[in-house]
Amino acid sequence: MNPGPGIVYTETVVWAPPEQFVNDAPYQMAIVTLADGHRLTGRIVPDSEGPRVAIGDRVEFVEERSGIPFFRKA
Amino acid sequence: MREVAVVGIGKTAFGAFADRDLRSLAVEAGEKCLADAHVKPSQVEEFFLGNFAGPSFVGQNHLAPYIAGAMGILGVPCTRFEAACASSGAAFYHAVASVAAGLNDVVLITGVEKMTSQTTPKVTEILAGAGDTCGEGRAGATFPALFAMIARRHMYQYGTTHEQMAMVAVKNHENGAKNPLAHMRKVITLEQALKGKPIADPLTVYDCSLISDGAAAVLIVPLERAAEFTDKPVKVLGIAQTSDQVALDEKADITTLSAVVAAAKKAYKMAGVTAADIQFAELHDCFTIAEIIATEDLGFCKKGEGGPYVASGKTRIDGEKPVNTSGGLKSKGHPVGATGTGQICDLVMQIRGDAGERQLAKHSLGLAENLGGSGATAVVTILGAA
Repeated sequence: MNPGPGIVYTETVVWAPPEQFVNDAPYQMAIVTLADGHRLTGRIVPDSEGPRVAIGDRVEFVEERSGIPFFRKA
Repeated sequence: MREVAVVGIGKTAFGAFADRDLRSLAVEAGEKCLADAHVKPSQVEEFFLGNFAGPSFVGQNHLAPYIAGAMGILGVPCTRFEAACASSGAAFYHAVASVAAGLNDVVLITGVEKMTSQTTPKVTEILAGAGDTCGEGRAGATFPALFAMIARRHMYQYGTTHEQMAMVAVKNHENGAKNPLAHMRKVITLEQALKGKPIADPLTVYDCSLISDGAAAVLIVPLERAAEFTDKPVKVLGIAQTSDQVALDEKADITTLSAVVAAAKKAYKMAGVTAADIQFAELHDCFTIAEIIATEDLGFCKKGEGGPYVASGKTRIDGEKPVNTSGGLKSKGHPVGATGTGQICDLVMQIRGDAGERQLAKHSLGLAENLGGSGATAVVTILGAA
């Protein structure tokens, strides 16, 4: 998967995760509007790898980790 | 099509009940409802059950005949409806259709959920199953996260503030504190709501509805037979169920619940009323932002003005259009499968004049909005004094 770059449509930082992600919290997720207009829900890289993002920020695709698309601020 | 009336209601308290199982809650609500309408189990001609996740929460399937049988309702159609948090709203919609079409006369609808036997992370995971588990769910979206992303976008597009969202929680707790059947009967301050434990930014624990156990039941009959059961029948004036995409990232505009817009349009038309005519409402405040958006999408205020609308005090119990005099999902509690029928019970109590210290002066025309998931199912019902 390589959805390419996009723009943050909306985002949140999750503090109360579902059971399978208890070790990841807090984590930021975002809905990203891609170049073709489609939207994709993914994660923003952990704080150790880059800054958090806000609506309107440009992001680039990093890689897929356990089936989850990860983005970071461009 | 025949006109339909609600002639009986029955609710359990909503709360965390370690000693109660799903079936006993559903049976209690159903029996209270039948007693309210002076109906014997043998008179019930059809049974509709609203339940979101009994199989996941308590490991029980085949729930409709399981509950009906325990009440002595046998030999009739018994069917479970699952539409996430709109499960019993959807069950009610289809029950009304059955009576309106003339298939059956005396129909019981019960909504139930038993949630508190699981840990919060497990409940969060089960609830996330009402979203797209291949997309947003795989990425780690919880329901608070989905509504947090809706809130962020609404704040960005319309300038809605977290303080306005917190005002929804403060208002609903003020009402719920006076509801003897509410889960969390306590008043909260704006400061408390703003400084609550973070769940999914910007939502704090005070922006989120409760994880609850509970059941609520409604009995409907053709309006022409209502006098056999009650001297205070309540008429179903308008009802509509609509749908939208399940995944948030597939919706055109996440600041609008388009299924609610569509359902409201149909229900208003069927009832022959407008948003301005509605005197009071029970809205689906699964999260505070959801009540703000619902007031916009139902036409109580203009798009984008839901924040200032709640801040104006118009939706307070002493305002011009009180919203969630029951305490809403925020304070009354949100046993998800019971929420739709619970809202119908709350409207009926107000219309009958039986709402105690929360009784409104203008209470002859009420609206309920029941939402499933992040808006993939919506049921809007308009009830009035018959």
